[in-house]
Amino acid sequence: MFKKLLSMIVVATMVLSLAACGTKKEATTETTATETTATDAVATEAPAAEQTTKGIPMEDFKVGVIHIGDPADGAGYTFAHDQGIVAMQAALGLSDDQVIRKNNVNDTDAVAIRTAIEECIEEGADIIFGTSWGYMDTMEQLAAEYPDVVFSHASGYKSNGTNFNNYFGRIYQARYLAGIAAGMKTQSDMIGFVAAMGIDNSEVTGGINAFAMGVESVNPDAKVYVKVTNTWFDPTLEGQAAEALLDLGCDVIAQHADTTAPQMAAQNRGVWGCGYNSDMTKDAPSAHLTAPIWNWGVYYTMAAKAVLEGTWTGENYYGGMAEGLVDISPLSANCAEGTQEAIDAAKQKIIGGFKIFEGDLYDNQGNQVCKAGEFISDADITGAMNWYYKTVEVK
Amino acid sequence: MFLNFLFASIKAGTPLLFGTTGEIMTEKTGNINLGVEGMMFMGAFMGFYTGYHTGSLALALLAAFGIGVVAALIYAVVTVTFMANQNVAGLTLTIFGIGFGKFFGEAMIGKAGGSPKLSEEFMASISEKPLPVLGNLPVIGKLLFSHNPLVYLSILVAVLCTIYMLRTRAGLNMRAVGENPAAADATGINVTLVKYIHILLGGGICGLGGAYLSLINGGGIWNNSSVVNGQGWISVALVIFASWNPVKAIFGSLIFGAFSVLQFYVPKDVIVIPNAFYVMLPFLITTMVLIITSMKKSKEGSQPAGCGVNYFREER
Repeated sequence: MFKKLLSMIVVATMVLSLAACGTKKEATTETTATETTATDAVATEAPAAEQTTKGIPMEDFKVGVIHIGDPADGAGYTFAHDQGIVAMQAALGLSDDQVIRKNNVNDTDAVAIRTAIEECIEEGADIIFGTSWGYMDTMEQLAAEYPDVVFSHASGYKSNGTNFNNYFGRIYQARYLAGIAAGMKTQSDMIGFVAAMGIDNSEVTGGINAFAMGVESVNPDAKVYVKVTNTWFDPTLEGQAAEALLDLGCDVIAQHADTTAPQMAAQNRGVWGCGYNSDMTKDAPSAHLTAPIWNWGVYYTMAAKAVLEGTWTGENYYGGMAEGLVDISPLSANCAEGTQEAIDAAKQKIIGGFKIFEGDLYDNQGNQVCKAGEFISDADITGAMNWYYKTVEVK
Repeated sequence: MFLNFLFASIKAGTPLLFGTTGEIMTEKTGNINLGVEGMMFMGAFMGFYTGYHTGSLALALLAAFGIGVVAALIYAVVTVTFMANQNVAGLTLTIFGIGFGKFFGEAMIGKAGGSPKLSEEFMASISEKPLPVLGNLPVIGKLLFSHNPLVYLSILVAVLCTIYMLRTRAGLNMRAVGENPAAADATGINVTLVKYIHILLGGGICGLGGAYLSLINGGGIWNNSSVVNGQGWISVALVIFASWNPVKAIFGSLIFGAFSVLQFYVPKDVIVIPNAFYVMLPFLITTMVLIITSMKKSKEGSQPAGCGVNYFREER
């Protein structure tokens, strides 16, 4: 009897608490509704003001950033982006409270992305940068909902021509230069490459091909051996892949992977390496040659300035070495003699219009992938490069 | 090439061996601690932090062991004294340990102003070098006597644990508690004390495994996001594979280590199998071992009977 009574009470409490939840939920939706109308009201006022002044007063200007990781990591992808934000802040003279950072926003969780971005908007952000691929669709939707905020997204391809665009760069140009440093250094003519993703990922594959072509330009005998880890960030696996390459006889280890583990493995064996994303000379001082790096500050400064001055156009941005968006870190003392000169010459050639993927090119299966007098478009390099260059071999 | 592969397998298996030995000690006393991943993460942080600041390998290992003991103490208090569900307590410890490591790891990065790096002297103390005389032997010299010191330590710990478990009175008491705590209690063994001692010991050994990951695998640089990355879970699977015997775990960890580096040593131009297949192999083998042991129904190589059930004296 008592048990029955108890269970009835429990059920009753649960039903009641559910009902309570329901009412609460309604209440919250109502508040958001009023908030939206409030922002709408502000929004309708804003364009009128903009039309007269064209741009945003400096003291009201705010920048939002959505990071997939944490800038505190001190190296790697998010750190590189955040250094760009810091450079932008310094260039425009913004105070710390004019930059809103949302860190560790999972790029597969649409609700989390939306919440982070809407928080930025509520705090008054005029332009919001999203640094990871998975933010793209949510940013596109929000761009339609908030026409007075500019949304700028890294590494994607969409744009609405007004307040939503994408930005990325020709990192393969920097990899070509790193390839020159590697090609001049190798003694065994065997260069290892730790790749995060396999042949299907054209960002990685294009980078490997450009690197291999850089190697070939100074050392036609050298081969590039690739091992794939299938993860963007795993020090254990990346180190193991590097050691397997070293066991093959490679004496330069390059990487498209986020940790320093491959460089440390090269250093432990007393050989050489090319890192990625940030200057890894400080991590592996006796092994590291140079690393392809991003200077995201170039774009962030330009984009924020455009919004600030009212000259924003909403075009997609695809920068390269000529704009200073990509570069290599300063050559270390480990580089072979004459490397600096060779790289400077190649850099001038690239800035002068050398496309890298141009002319008579073959993949490692013997198929022709580019004819003499033609070149491969940036769209194909970033989206459809699913072959390895003839000197590349997957091991 | 094959020699290099075996050498890499031993290296890859060492953190697993620590984790597995620790978990065997815990399970043999009748408690299943699913917090290995968390304890390893805490050990990874403390080992690195201490090594970073003191430059002493001995202190780093001691600190990693110590934090493992503290982590296991939380688990022991919750499950042995307060009799909470062991699975839940272990899982919570995993979440807590990863959070602990990342939180303080981030603080360490912030203080260092960039990724912290161990000193050259420290790296030299954990580098791979051939042992005198033995290291010069052909083949075996490279394969068995040219490792970093932690590899030898892991094997030493595993062998000592086995001798202790199977050849000493204290080990017998511990196994009795794991099989049937009520019977052990009746013979006058202090069940609570025995459980506490071995859970703490197991946690400390897991902490050493974490230190291996941050000191050796990271190449001397702290990676906040993914130091342990599932190695703790593989260790738990390896306990079953090793049928609760640390000496068997030495071979088990070698096999699991071999599987984890196999994808990098199989020549891709000869055998074309997607990498994902190699990643799956250890778990496939574990499943098969589970099936075989359950078919054999051997008393020796099965889970201690009291494992997973909290012992409450008044209920016996």
